Amino acid sequence: MSARTLPLIATIVIFLLAYLVCYLQFPAMLSTRVIGNLLTDNAYLGIVAVGMTIVILSGGIDLSVGSVIAFAGVFIAVMLRDTGLHPVAVFAALLAITTAFGAAMGGLIHVLAMPPFIVTLAGMFLARGAGYMLSVDSVPIDEPFYDFLKDAYYLMPGKGRLTLIGIVMLLSVAAGMVIAHRTRFGTSVFALGGGVQTARLMGVNVGRTTVLIYAFSGFMAGLSGIVFSIYTASSYPLAMVGTELNAIAAVVIGGTILTGGAGYVFGTLIGVLTMGLIQTYIVFDGSLSSWWTKIVIGMLLLLFILLQKGLLRLDIRRRAGAA
Amino acid sequence: MPQVFRRILPQVLTLLAVILLVSLVFPGFVQIDFERGRLVGPIIDVLKRGAPVALLAVGMTLVIATRGIDLSVGATMAISGACAAWAISSGYGLIPALAAAIAAGILSGLWNGTLVAVFGIQPIVATLILMTAGRGLAQLITEGRILTFSHDGLAFFGSGTILGLPVPALIWCVAAVLFALLVRRTALGLLIEAIGINRRASTIAGINSRVLLVAVYVASGFCAAWAGIIATADIRGADANNSGLWLELDAILAVVIGGNSLMGGRFSIAASVLGALIIQTIDTGILLAGFPSEFNLVIKATLVIVILVLQSPNLAPHLARALRISRGAPLVGSSAAREAGE
Repeated sequence: MSARTLPLIATIVIFLLAYLVCYLQFPAMLSTRVIGNLLTDNAYLGIVAVGMTIVILSGGIDLSVGSVIAFAGVFIAVMLRDTGLHPVAVFAALLAITTAFGAAMGGLIHVLAMPPFIVTLAGMFLARGAGYMLSVDSVPIDEPFYDFLKDAYYLMPGKGRLTLIGIVMLLSVAAGMVIAHRTRFGTSVFALGGGVQTARLMGVNVGRTTVLIYAFSGFMAGLSGIVFSIYTASSYPLAMVGTELNAIAAVVIGGTILTGGAGYVFGTLIGVLTMGLIQTYIVFDGSLSSWWTKIVIGMLLLLFILLQKGLLRLDIRRRAGAA
Repeated sequence: MPQVFRRILPQVLTLLAVILLVSLVFPGFVQIDFERGRLVGPIIDVLKRGAPVALLAVGMTLVIATRGIDLSVGATMAISGACAAWAISSGYGLIPALAAAIAAGILSGLWNGTLVAVFGIQPIVATLILMTAGRGLAQLITEGRILTFSHDGLAFFGSGTILGLPVPALIWCVAAVLFALLVRRTALGLLIEAIGINRRASTIAGINSRVLLVAVYVASGFCAAWAGIIATADIRGADANNSGLWLELDAILAVVIGGNSLMGGRFSIAASVLGALIIQTIDTGILLAGFPSEFNLVIKATLVIVILVLQSPNLAPHLARALRISRGAPLVGSSAAREAGE
């Protein structure tokens, strides 16, 4: 057990403990219905957090994803309303746009040597503004195909519904795990997170990798936008403000170190579920106010960061002792 | 003195260019009238509306100079505003209300500073905690409502005037001048830059980097508290959900437009404040120019990207090469871009 896997194990243990506490208080928490809803309600966050994990593993950050999700929703709704295109064609067009948008940000970051923080901040304004230009109002989505997507689910034992968007989220996490841990691109991402200079000396194509990382994040944000539009069956250009921070928080709670270079995509899934669990608990309890969600998530963030810090220090001390 | 002017020249030119651009579509932009004992006009409005971001930018400049970042200032504004509104509506009077707000800001700064300087947590993560939890805390104080009050003394900080000038504008001017004098008339500014360039080396050289780092975050919290007081006084109510929302991003943008590197080191408070004014002029200008409001964000994003690209250190060589290819020799334009990159 190294300092690298410990945060992940700690995340899983804390999630299971939290679930146990919830279960002891509300036995219904363990029903497949609650589990199914947990996956469905947090599907959009899980998908976008996978993209964010890759970005953060590379030592970067992507602040634009919340705006991109909102843009995606408006784009889909307006296209479905004004053109006769089939939703699948609209989805394909949207994913192409958001991927290109991400790639453009990655290109700017590399070519101009500007910090990702600032470039994606400008991207955040741009995507939000683009969504606003398409429509100022909330647009409902009225499409038979959407009803089909929304009602597609697998009935688990115990009448829990594993919905299509929940499955999409789990598949995204699986795909993210393969990409991050089993491909050459993933290795390049980890190398970049360890240090750009070292990565370059190791022969990593820094420019290409940077563009691909942000393109992947843009793709995931687009996919998350599709899922969110299926989930709400409507769109609103001012929706999803602050989602990027929830995604970052989920990644950190999931045990990925924000400086990059160490972490697991699977941890992000646990991070997302932990945040969802807090919300579910507050709903079950009924007497707690919604702002406790924010405070508890803040406290969890602190806990995990201090934990990581402590583990890192222990590891260094142990290595020094061995030497 | 000439050195200071050379440093802020690109920002002054950018501001003038933006004002000129706005004046082309809205000719009355630079007009200032004197009505009922106060100055009115779009420029005055920019000075007043820009107060929160300008104040945040002052503190943020110092934090960024130490190679840090403070994401929590918007949430700190909400907490301070909530404290002020709570104290005034509970009948504690003006001075205790201001004291409560400023104490909240300083405490927030102490919290951030301790996490960064003592526990050694990366600034972006350390301040993310308060950014997430801070709004929850502010809602805890206001109990989820918009806490309104009717107290002319506190409202004076949002809508009052002294000698015809709006009080918010005066507050940020005073804050900027005081902080600039504090860091430039003493060695503090130099020490802050030293920490930003290399914390370990500066510690070895005898700088108490731990105390200075905490102090920098406290300064940022202090500025955020004043911004929160202004925002709360302006609407005569504390809105924990929306007060200062995303202003941390505007403040960081102001610092970057001010030509300060996010990698720490040399900084200029004057340039950051000019950056805040550039952002506010763009915002106000777009409104006055009568563009449909749905274009606001796209125009703002485009202008910001243009300004940042012009300042990019990597651009000058590219531009010079491109010009040399097309014209045979480098031109004035490329040297102007290089100047902006400094």
